[in-house]
Amino acid sequence: MGFPMLKHSLLAATALALVAPAAQAQTEIQWWHAMGGRLGELVEEIAANFNASQSDYVVVPSFRGTYAEAMNGAIAAFRAGEQPELVQVFEVGTGTMMAAEGAIYPVYQLMADNDVEFDPEAYIPTVVGYYTDPDGNMLSFPFNSSTPILYYNRDIFEAAGLDPDSPPATWAEMETMSRQIVESGAATCGFTTRWPSWVQLENFLAYHNLPLGTQQNGFAGFDTELVLNQHAALINHWENLTRWQGEGLFSWAGGGPGPDAGPKFYSGECAMLFESSGGRAGVLSNATFSVGFGMQPYYDDVEGAPQNSIIGGATLWVLSGHSDEEYAGVAHFLEFLSLPEQQAWWHQNSGYLPITQAAYELTEEQGYYAENPGADTSIRQMNLNPPTENSRGLRFGNYVQIRDIISEEMEAMIIGTISAQQAADNIVARGNDLLREFQAAMQ
Amino acid sequence: MQTKRMTFTNNRWLPYLLLAPQVTITLIFFVWPASQALWQSMLRQDPFGLRTTFVWFRNFERLFADPHYLVSMKTTLIFSVSTTLLAMSVSLLFAVMVNRMIRSRDAYTTFLVWPYAVAPAVAGVLWWFIFNPSVGILPYMLRGIGIEWNHRLESSHAMILVVIAAAWKQISYNFLFFLAGLQSIPQSLIEAAAIDGASRSKRFWTIVFPLLSPTTFFLMVVNIVYAMFDTFGVIHATTAGGPAQATNILVYKVYRDGFIGNNLGSSAAQSVVLMGIVIVLTVVQFRWIERRVNY
Amino acid sequence: MVENDRWGIFLAHLILIVGVAIVVFPVYVALIASTHAPGTFLQGVMPLLPGSHAIENYSTVIFEGRSNAGAPPIGLMLWNSFVMAMMIAVGKIAISLLSAFAIVYFRFRFRIFFFWIIFITLMLPVEVRIVPTYQVVANLGMLNSYWGLSIPLIASATATFLFRQFFMTVPEEMLEAARVDGAGPLKFFKDILLPLSVTNIAAMFVIMFIYGWNQYLWPLLVTNDEAYYTVVMGIQRMVTGADSEPLWHLVMATVVLAALPPILVILFMQRLFVKGLTETEK
Repeated sequence: MGFPMLKHSLLAATALALVAPAAQAQTEIQWWHAMGGRLGELVEEIAANFNASQSDYVVVPSFRGTYAEAMNGAIAAFRAGEQPELVQVFEVGTGTMMAAEGAIYPVYQLMADNDVEFDPEAYIPTVVGYYTDPDGNMLSFPFNSSTPILYYNRDIFEAAGLDPDSPPATWAEMETMSRQIVESGAATCGFTTRWPSWVQLENFLAYHNLPLGTQQNGFAGFDTELVLNQHAALINHWENLTRWQGEGLFSWAGGGPGPDAGPKFYSGECAMLFESSGGRAGVLSNATFSVGFGMQPYYDDVEGAPQNSIIGGATLWVLSGHSDEEYAGVAHFLEFLSLPEQQAWWHQNSGYLPITQAAYELTEEQGYYAENPGADTSIRQMNLNPPTENSRGLRFGNYVQIRDIISEEMEAMIIGTISAQQAADNIVARGNDLLREFQAAMQ
Repeated sequence: MQTKRMTFTNNRWLPYLLLAPQVTITLIFFVWPASQALWQSMLRQDPFGLRTTFVWFRNFERLFADPHYLVSMKTTLIFSVSTTLLAMSVSLLFAVMVNRMIRSRDAYTTFLVWPYAVAPAVAGVLWWFIFNPSVGILPYMLRGIGIEWNHRLESSHAMILVVIAAAWKQISYNFLFFLAGLQSIPQSLIEAAAIDGASRSKRFWTIVFPLLSPTTFFLMVVNIVYAMFDTFGVIHATTAGGPAQATNILVYKVYRDGFIGNNLGSSAAQSVVLMGIVIVLTVVQFRWIERRVNY
Repeated sequence: MVENDRWGIFLAHLILIVGVAIVVFPVYVALIASTHAPGTFLQGVMPLLPGSHAIENYSTVIFEGRSNAGAPPIGLMLWNSFVMAMMIAVGKIAISLLSAFAIVYFRFRFRIFFFWIIFITLMLPVEVRIVPTYQVVANLGMLNSYWGLSIPLIASATATFLFRQFFMTVPEEMLEAARVDGAGPLKFFKDILLPLSVTNIAAMFVIMFIYGWNQYLWPLLVTNDEAYYTVVMGIQRMVTGADSEPLWHLVMATVVLAALPPILVILFMQRLFVKGLTETEK
């Protein structure tokens, strides 16, 4: 096909002519990401800002589909020797990436090799803790992190005779408030949840300072085993969820991401919604009512609760197989991303958590939290306490599949075919099987 | 395998030359990568391909020891048969009706082919909206006649939803080929039968339908292959295999375990099983059904 | 029409109108959604009548869209989709006609073997081989090219299978007559087989063009140069928002625009359907 090729080379020639003087000496850095929609535009802006800030490197962002598609695309590219320097990987892929020694270039090492000033202490521990090895070395760069918080419909609270300024702090309050909402007819359901596994299991356990698996939730070794079925608090909570579903206080919105949760909340069917703090802008633009923000509830009879919530989202991984010059560019780009001004800008515009303490303080100084109530709920929830082994994060191999299993079993429990204990036992049995398989593949 | 009774002879190289483009492309872009997938099913490997162990049939053993996998097979059978039947019968009905029209034929054809122009990724989202228990129009109407629709909790609702969504996408396809098939049947044959006084339905079943059988056979193979392999996008966007695995068909499991979950060994083994099933299916179809197909 | 039964025709119209209404409904939903304000579709039972934001939404998509964010303009994406869809449709039909002709009209050694080599491809799920196929394409240096986008997708047996099915129905007398006239195989193919296949080619063209047009995962993998982005990738980019709710009104407007070229193809190809009909009447 001669014509398109001709057309392409013409395009290339024009592009070259436009930027020729600068382009000669610049090193190109490929950055594959999964940020579509509005976030994608912010990503383009970050890259443009970095490119304008210096003249040695050009960061080229490239949208590669969903998180799973971007990660798989990068892996396929790696196997074919066409990998980018930088790729964005979601948190459940962390176990896979960390285990890929030889394919990844740990961020702390990259920074040290390029003499880029890098102070791990400057970062918010609960955010970077998820992505550090047991010695405290940061392996990937947290780019967009979020944590689940409670969004509630203030109008419904008022209609039900509740105080719209005080969302439920404990699960006991959650039950009584939901009941009051449903019985007063203000809404047909009390609350719903997105990401059942992330919110009602992973965060629930971290928030109550309970381990999901052995070996520091997998941080300390591949020989980790799930232990979630041993926690009475979790079984009790899941039994409650099932009961509440039956009574109409809770409404299951599907497994995985819980795709029906949004419509349930926006249409006024449910008064409260558990959703990622990163979804703040989306919630506000879709809601036609006044939205309130609260932290995750806890059971006050569980010792150590509330501990701190854990994050989700994605980080940037540096892939191996490129030149020193390119890596120097990546190091400078990551340094640029950590600047308080950049972080504060990204945090305020995207809704994701800031990753440095300085960015958080800068945002406060700028008066952002005063103007945007609820925007700091997530950070306060993350910073409730210094993270423990149980609340630092998760590092399990094959975790994407294990999450599927968790979703399935929870769903069977909600439908009523199995008990909460049975669901937890099944998750442990099936999950451990996948963990052993992963462990075997790593040897 | 049938050929024409009469064929061209004395052309030693021509048939190979005619086949060359397709066979070359097939070998390079299909057979070679697929054989690598076969090889993969006997390996235990990390996603990046850094560590590899040859494990013989362990991946298969694990698979068949998993009760969920066997349930998924049954689900796939129900789903594929329902989708194929629904998609083919509805589109045959439409094609026969449209073929009777003269002036309005183009208009109907255009409308019936439209759905095919919607990207599959978006089609899934549209069904999600239409069936959404909170804001969807269908649950709203069903509530009017006393049916509480909730495919998040009711397995049968979820199955109906995915069958409709999957069949819908295939209706346009089937319709086009049925119509093309109907239009290549000589009118003279039908007219002759009409003169003999055969009723419309008798003419359809004794003349039109047998003459259509190569098309029907083609579509049956395509539809079954479609239902078994090409529907993970629809399922992903609507039920994601739920509730509690009720709509988790084999190919969706391959997609989730392999493409999303990065468990290469297991997903390659699952693909090989799928391949085996369809090869058997296709051989059976060619051997048994084609024998009865009228040429 | 052989006879004139009014009730039959009336019934047929009734079935078709109801059928069309059901089949087109999801498309209609997309059209309606593209005329509403953001969020309308998530806030209550979805509206079934057009909203008042049509002009606003469409002008946003066409004139602002994503072009202000460094993404390729919609015109380039449409062009890429068009080139890719054309290459797939034309390529597939061409190689399939030839191979179906060989399989049906010749006896030669390894015929059965070739038959299965081709038909086995009908059955292999794309996901199984997408990563190894990517590797092959990368090794051949075909990443970021129209060739890499289209040729691997041409390797499928559906079209060959269809033409084989169709050739089997062509009366034996045709070949006999051709041989009496002393026509060679290529002349027979060109003068008799091809004209007879026009309706089937048209149907295949419509299907394959749309198939190529709607490809998503493959173009996503083999192109990282924005000069090769297709319009469906553009749509997906709007839908894939990680933690943000997609802007459904704009997504739907883009969907409607992106569906226009395939619909034009359908309209154009319909003339061939009619032509095919009149030719069999001769």
